[in-house]
Amino acid sequence: MPSSGASRVNEFLHQLASGLALGGVYAIMALALVMIYQATQLVNFAQGEMAMFSTYFAWKLTDLGWPYWRAFAVTVVVSFLGGIALERIVVRPFAKAPVLASVIVFIGLSLIFNALAGWLYGYSTTDFPTPFDGRPWFGQRYMSAHESGSVLVSLVVLALVWAFFRFTPLGLAMRAAAQNPTSSRLVGIRVGWMLAIGWGLAAAIGAIAGMMAAPIVYLDPNMMAGILLYAFAGAVLGGIDNPFGAAFGGFAVGVVENLMGAYVVGSEVKLSVALAIIVGVLVWRPSGLFGRRIVARV
Amino acid sequence: MTGTAPRTLLTLALFAAALAFPFLASGYHIYQGAQVLILAIALIGLNLLTGYNGQISLGHGAFFAIGGYGAAILTVKLGVPYFLAIPLASLVCFGAGFLFGFPALRFGGLYLALATFALAVATPQILAYKGFDAVTGGSSGVTLIKPRAPFGLPLSADQWLYLVCLACAAILYFAARNLVTSRIGRALVALRDQPIAAETMGVDAALYKTTCFGVSALYAGVAGGLSALAVGFVSPESFGLSLSLSFLVGIVVGGLASLGGMLFGALFIEFVPNLADQLSVTFGESAKALPGAIYGVLLILAMAIMPGGVAGALRSALRWASKTK
Repeated sequence: MPSSGASRVNEFLHQLASGLALGGVYAIMALALVMIYQATQLVNFAQGEMAMFSTYFAWKLTDLGWPYWRAFAVTVVVSFLGGIALERIVVRPFAKAPVLASVIVFIGLSLIFNALAGWLYGYSTTDFPTPFDGRPWFGQRYMSAHESGSVLVSLVVLALVWAFFRFTPLGLAMRAAAQNPTSSRLVGIRVGWMLAIGWGLAAAIGAIAGMMAAPIVYLDPNMMAGILLYAFAGAVLGGIDNPFGAAFGGFAVGVVENLMGAYVVGSEVKLSVALAIIVGVLVWRPSGLFGRRIVARV
Repeated sequence: MTGTAPRTLLTLALFAAALAFPFLASGYHIYQGAQVLILAIALIGLNLLTGYNGQISLGHGAFFAIGGYGAAILTVKLGVPYFLAIPLASLVCFGAGFLFGFPALRFGGLYLALATFALAVATPQILAYKGFDAVTGGSSGVTLIKPRAPFGLPLSADQWLYLVCLACAAILYFAARNLVTSRIGRALVALRDQPIAAETMGVDAALYKTTCFGVSALYAGVAGGLSALAVGFVSPESFGLSLSLSFLVGIVVGGLASLGGMLFGALFIEFVPNLADQLSVTFGESAKALPGAIYGVLLILAMAIMPGGVAGALRSALRWASKTK
């Protein structure tokens, strides 16, 4: 237990650093949720289990002896294609269904992925490799190499997503399709495919989140339940229709969760912090910190 | 007239069969029968909220847990007799549901699903919280004593508990039946389908929705309390996300906005995991994946081809039969 002032500060910085590391994972999970929310106004409850399944896929590849980054790249591409296939085959028929039906379908998907992972890979907890081995970066003592690398990967993903939507024609078409489907269709954008690509991107980003989280929380079929909950909290906190708000929310939730766990409520009830954030934000500021306020027209 | 008479007969026949069941079946089957009745109570409660009122709850396991822990703490720690403990615990549930219903008013469809999902995931951790150890027994939970039959009736504890469950299920079923066919029930359905029109017609949305949440939680609480008595044990791990999701599966398979269908839903979520347990003897660990796979596939299939669940399918089969006659 820290007794002197200096070691207490050290302890605090350490907690802050590991909060940021997991916060990066929550941030990109929240980004994946926003990706689907913007286009369909739905939250994908299966996002966590999809990410878990992708992570198992990557684990299988590294287990076969593939080098880490090759396994990483192949997993991201396969997840992207899998996300598109999922939208085309399973989600699409429910495009016009009420919210309840969509939520039930997402829950069904998450149960299926969980069962598939358990059936294919078993229910025991496994180690997952990290490419960021060795000594902590920049000679500091607060963040392990993997934690620093994970934050870096999260930031890179955020930058890439931003650049994709800002500078590419496809990104522009996707934004247009999400904002005004009817007019987009009139100018020749295939709105249905834009939705499918959105699902693909969400699946790919989720896969990266899973691969960054797995070395920290270990790999098992239920590894993403808690992470998905924190990502929900992050997305709700930052504003679920704003990618950068959601990413900020993810980092913030990571830090708050870790500090609350270390100093206030104890690590055994950390999940209730997410519950409190979600309920609190929805009651006092339903649009989140950076979200647009939605006014319904009667 | 011709529509209601067979239905009443069928209900009475089912009730008679359910009443005879504990005197014909063996101990473990009686226990399973009680579980089915308990689950049916919880499903009726959830269906009042989700099926009839359109408020999505992915966290009813939390109210089931409050009922279970309430009954356990009242009987074991405070010495309250079980037949008072269950009503008291379910009143606490009504209060909790009513209070959760207030923020839920502001959430609307999807956000309510998010908040209740969070509730479901956080429940086991809150129950195991060290600060409540003295009352809740922490992660090891509380052990209850199964109630014996009163007045020296020649019934085993299992048989007695089954009959208690049957009485509760019957009473709560008829209460729910009366509720949904009354003016209040029509208001609940109107708030689900046409909220703005309903409010224009003078339905107090806030009052109806929060009360509906409270009543729904009360049903879950009765079920949780009875379940604690039947199992003889409550622990945090039994009230996780999977319990809440199995309730959702139950109402979807049984039929959204149906009450009789909840018996099918309860049979389904009681026996599918059982079946998987039996299969795991021969197929090993991979059979553990079976309930989840079946649940997931059925949820999606039900939404795609059978949105009314078993009850809806039976209803259209009957309609088809009466047309061709």
